[in-house]
Amino acid sequence: MGFSSSARSGLHLTCDVLVLGGGPSGTWAAFEAARTGARVVLADKGFCGTSGATAPSGTSIWYVEPDPKLRAAAIVSREALGGFLADRAWSARVLETTHAALHELGARGYPFPVDGAGNPIRVSLQGPEYMRLMRKLAKGAGVRILDHSPALELLVDEAGAVAGARGIRRQQGDGWQVDAGAVVIATGGCAFLSRALGCTALTGDGHLMAAEAGADFSGMEFSNAYAIAADFASVTKTLFFKWATFTDEAGEVIPGAASNGGRSVIARHLQKGRVFARLDRADAAMQANMRAAQPNFFLPFDRMGIDPFRDRFPITLHLEGTVRGTGGLRIVDETCATRVPGLYAAGDAATRELICGGFTGGGSHNAAWAVSSGRWAGRAAAEFGRRAPNGRVRWGAGTAGLRDAGARPFDPAEAARTVVGEVHPFDRNYFRTEEGLTRSLDRLDSQWARLSASAPADGTNVLRAREAAAMTAVARWMYRSALARTESRGMHRRIDHAAADLAQRHLLTAAGLTEVSVSHRPAPPLAADAVEQRSGEGIAA
Amino acid sequence: MIELISAARCTGCNICVAACPTNVFAPSLSGPPVIARQADCQTCFMCELYCPEDALYVAPTAGAPLGLASEADAPLPLGTYRAAIGWTPATAANRSVDAMHAVLSAK
Repeated sequence: MGFSSSARSGLHLTCDVLVLGGGPSGTWAAFEAARTGARVVLADKGFCGTSGATAPSGTSIWYVEPDPKLRAAAIVSREALGGFLADRAWSARVLETTHAALHELGARGYPFPVDGAGNPIRVSLQGPEYMRLMRKLAKGAGVRILDHSPALELLVDEAGAVAGARGIRRQQGDGWQVDAGAVVIATGGCAFLSRALGCTALTGDGHLMAAEAGADFSGMEFSNAYAIAADFASVTKTLFFKWATFTDEAGEVIPGAASNGGRSVIARHLQKGRVFARLDRADAAMQANMRAAQPNFFLPFDRMGIDPFRDRFPITLHLEGTVRGTGGLRIVDETCATRVPGLYAAGDAATRELICGGFTGGGSHNAAWAVSSGRWAGRAAAEFGRRAPNGRVRWGAGTAGLRDAGARPFDPAEAARTVVGEVHPFDRNYFRTEEGLTRSLDRLDSQWARLSASAPADGTNVLRAREAAAMTAVARWMYRSALARTESRGMHRRIDHAAADLAQRHLLTAAGLTEVSVSHRPAPPLAADAVEQRSGEGIAA
Repeated sequence: MIELISAARCTGCNICVAACPTNVFAPSLSGPPVIARQADCQTCFMCELYCPEDALYVAPTAGAPLGLASEADAPLPLGTYRAAIGWTPATAANRSVDAMHAVLSAK
């Protein structure tokens, strides 16, 4: 069992808390855990500070002043869109924790803009600035950061509790093992190698590792987010396309096409031909605001000599999968614990249904969730980790790509292409049908069987092999859940079940690797004042 | 994708090797690092921000390189993004410029 001896050697550390992933949720988890006195190691697949979807971009964040009316309005405003699956109590906790965290961030040096009276405006964060500060705060609290150190598998003890992880150091060419009292999965969502900004490394690695240790998932049917971008570019900022006019090849306006409430029209049109946009509905003042809000949005245009306010440019939709979906690891309590002892989940790796239901709150809610879930998971993992027994025997829980189960290793690039071919196309993932989902699942299931019956990948291929295995597994949880939800709710839309079904206002749990099973759990009770809104249910976005 | 490392500007500090989230660069024993795994570049522009010498240029096309041969081929001067976000000494005031609230409040 295990991978090659060269990967075994290298760095061996012991700590109370191991955090996998160094984006917002991972750094908050590590910072919070370290502040309680725990010994913390954070392993990032890339570089903590630039990794993930937040660092290269800017994001709004769900920040609401502690006025009960404002808070209640913020919570209720997206309930219908989310298919009435969100939980008001969790939303209130997130608003409270995010508020406190952003005040602390300002006190620790984040340069929030100020209003005319000199008061900080805390509704957005610039990714490079934010993540540079988070790295500094984590390091300052004593967190040991391992950059370019992707995890490959979790370690479990005799009782099945998670007790560390093992991975590789890409720049040293050797391996690492961290024996930990508890582990926080903060590896982000899964975007299936799409070109969406900052999503290349988001291949569901943490989902797979957690599942191998016994964790399960919730809301994986809400995994078909697509973002608008210029077709040559990585930079996605769907919000800005609110000011766009969408046209076809001939320059005719496409009826119904819009960034919100008309994105499916764009997808339909892209199936037939090219779609163009021009942000011609932004006046001079708004143009200036957009530049001052998101310098990164303009990089591709400026560098191509395109004026996006005047020139028509071709657009595409980049799959954002579960990054902007709401599904992820199932959380079983307020500490962000998974169902596996010693294993916690935070940020986009975890389900965000608790605050978003079945429709993404966009960067705003995800950013608030990352801060809040990171803090809760970090604190709880520190407590659990410090109490964990010493001297445990540990096993690697990994499967496909790591274990000696066949004569030959599989080809990671080919396996990745197969998954991409099943999850990127609009006619599979955006517009779902029983027939399409079933056909994809046949291929994905047989791919999983083949991958898990292969020889272990060698040193240079092992990361790509694990990524391909992870994407295969995530796609299966997604599509099994999508098949089980025979209605349209939130972002999940079934062509063959176009309306919401009142009887399916429940949450779906997906579990398993060899066989994937889906079961349902009750949704949070419907608030009295939500009942009359239910006529809005099923409104397609 | 990352296309250029200006040999004239690069001091060989290798910060980009560390800072690239997808491990695109490799250090070289003498001179600038090399773009060793260009296909892994996710066009996130982070390396430009972390380069203290403005020696890097990321072309805006995410799917394939444009084939820029030298700094003279870049349509804009190197370092414009770092300046825009306020990460150069001369532009530090830009760090606290963020009009997202104005964009968000426009209905």
